[in-house]
Amino acid sequence: MAFAAFSNDKPTKDSSTKRKSGPVVLALLAPGLIYLMLFFMTPLISLVITSLESPDPSGAIGSYFNDVNFSNYATVAVDYLPQIMRSFGYAFAATVFALIISYPVAYFIGVKLRSRPLTQRLMLTLVIAPFFISFLLRTIAWKQLLSDDSGFVNILHSMGVLAPTQFFLGTDAAVIFGLTYNFIPFMTLPLFTNLERLDVRLLEAGSDLYANPRHIFTRVTLPLSMPGIISGTLLTFIPIAGDYVNASRDFLGSSKTSMIGTMVEADYLQNLNYPSASAMSVLLMGVILALVTLYVRRSGTEDLL
Amino acid sequence: MAENTKVAGADLELIDVRKDFPGFTALDDMDLHIPAGQFFALLGPSGCGKTTTLRIVAGLETPTQGQVLIGGKDITNSKPHERPVNTVFQSYALFPHMTVLENIEFGLRQRKISDYQKLAKDALSLVELSHLGERRPQQLSGGQQQRVALARALVNRPSLLLLDEPLGALDLKLRRQMQIELKAIQLEVGLTFLHVTHDQEEAMDMADIVAVMNKGRIEQMGAPEVLYDRPKTAFVSKFLGQSNLFIGEVVEKNPTSVSIEVGGNKITVAKKRAEKHTGKIAIGVRPEKVDFHESKPRLSADHIVVGPGEIIDIRFTGVSNQYLIDIPNVGQVTVFAQNIGKSPETELGAKVWVSWKIEHSYGLADLPDGTEEA
Repeated sequence: MAFAAFSNDKPTKDSSTKRKSGPVVLALLAPGLIYLMLFFMTPLISLVITSLESPDPSGAIGSYFNDVNFSNYATVAVDYLPQIMRSFGYAFAATVFALIISYPVAYFIGVKLRSRPLTQRLMLTLVIAPFFISFLLRTIAWKQLLSDDSGFVNILHSMGVLAPTQFFLGTDAAVIFGLTYNFIPFMTLPLFTNLERLDVRLLEAGSDLYANPRHIFTRVTLPLSMPGIISGTLLTFIPIAGDYVNASRDFLGSSKTSMIGTMVEADYLQNLNYPSASAMSVLLMGVILALVTLYVRRSGTEDLL
Repeated sequence: MAENTKVAGADLELIDVRKDFPGFTALDDMDLHIPAGQFFALLGPSGCGKTTTLRIVAGLETPTQGQVLIGGKDITNSKPHERPVNTVFQSYALFPHMTVLENIEFGLRQRKISDYQKLAKDALSLVELSHLGERRPQQLSGGQQQRVALARALVNRPSLLLLDEPLGALDLKLRRQMQIELKAIQLEVGLTFLHVTHDQEEAMDMADIVAVMNKGRIEQMGAPEVLYDRPKTAFVSKFLGQSNLFIGEVVEKNPTSVSIEVGGNKITVAKKRAEKHTGKIAIGVRPEKVDFHESKPRLSADHIVVGPGEIIDIRFTGVSNQYLIDIPNVGQVTVFAQNIGKSPETELGAKVWVSWKIEHSYGLADLPDGTEEA
């Protein structure tokens, strides 16, 4: 693309002009290319190589040799199937919750507050405000707030939602809550960017053409905001599927809530099983890539504006 | 179009409608009645309240007070989607995520009309765009989008079709063409059209009745030729076409006419063509009704002669020449002379007299802005 843009104004010129523009383009692209080679391609290749290693015959812990051992993949796929399923289940649930919570907020800020730009900016800042504090600290704070002797759990006990022997921390609900909370801004911002540009005259046209408010939403507003919904769900689903903080027992989870990220962390840092951790990472990447491709195809983004 | 699609529109009535926005009044106790089947134009400068009127009729704006009736039924409190009204929006407001045909089908499908596909195709062929049904609106030109917007509204056979300056974004040639098509479609389908515009030529050209609005009120309403021939206020006189206005005290009155004196000249208006017969009044005449002469003309008593003055500007506009003549103590007079190749040998600075028939004078009810009341 970049090359075409530089050369297409003089397509019939001799090659000397093309050669002249070549170095400029390369120079402009170089920082990005070098960055990607060093910090994306190299670790990726190293990861794939590690994922195919076999244990050292000496049996020493943490020693492996280069091999083409595909059985690593089969092992992790079988051994960690519950964690894999849980990861995508959590990611799906948290993405849906984030969408349900974010859409009205983004609509309110992006559409209803248009006539008050100052309030609009303020509300938007509030959406981003949690980022000013490290998300580890925020998650630990939630751990305190939701702890077994917290007011929140007391209320759940007194209301009978939880039995006296049940608690909130360490449950699926707690992890999904934490994931939703931590990734909501990634959903709200793309939705806001999209809804900010929503042409309200189209909504008026809808009501003029006999659509009631519900139909205006489903037939006009929602289809028009699909690009925002798709980028928002991708920006939340992908990192959530790989998250290892919220589900960790040090934060909101327990041994029963571990996700792929948790297992990668454990294999890599505690069990020193590098091939297993790498194979799991590659597997996670592959599954996410497949799911995202399917999702984008199905939702027909190329068809939208 | 199938024969049974010709339906009668309904009449629209606004009773005492008022709309206040923070800081100003957009509509000031407006009363309006548009008979069924008419092409009605609301004409006025921007900010006069014409678009607010249209939005109140469509239900997109709630009046502060007053009633809106369509076909005798009070719809003041109905939601927009409950009203038998469709709008062609100034921005067209076509749905970008739907094809042209889906846009046209939208209203029909909302009302669960079973043969929506056929009706939509018929509407598309009415505006001569059958070949573009599968395109997206943004792939069409402005004129084509305008026609899709028209088809999308018309296909619903509303009792009342609202047009919000839909031709504003088109170039002159296309606008002319669309004006003719729109008028033909209105005659064909027989609906009531309420057309909002600031283009006086467009209003006069298309509408059966024109209402001229100013500052949230209707200044004058009537057939275009009546409004043009006999404007009743200075605003209408100036907004609808051009006019020469003379202001003076009434000096002579007889049973059939009223005369004022301006800079030593007597200017007369037939009594039945004057709104006011005493005190300081304004008398006007249209520029094309005025002649000029290089010597003082001897004309019969039914003419007014004013002069002498000096030609200070000549403009060639194609079909006519526009002369600006400055007459001492009277002011500037504009004269349109048809460009038939034999206009008198006039040059800038020539000394001339102007004349017109008394029957072409009209007397206004008010004085132009900035004139001291006597």
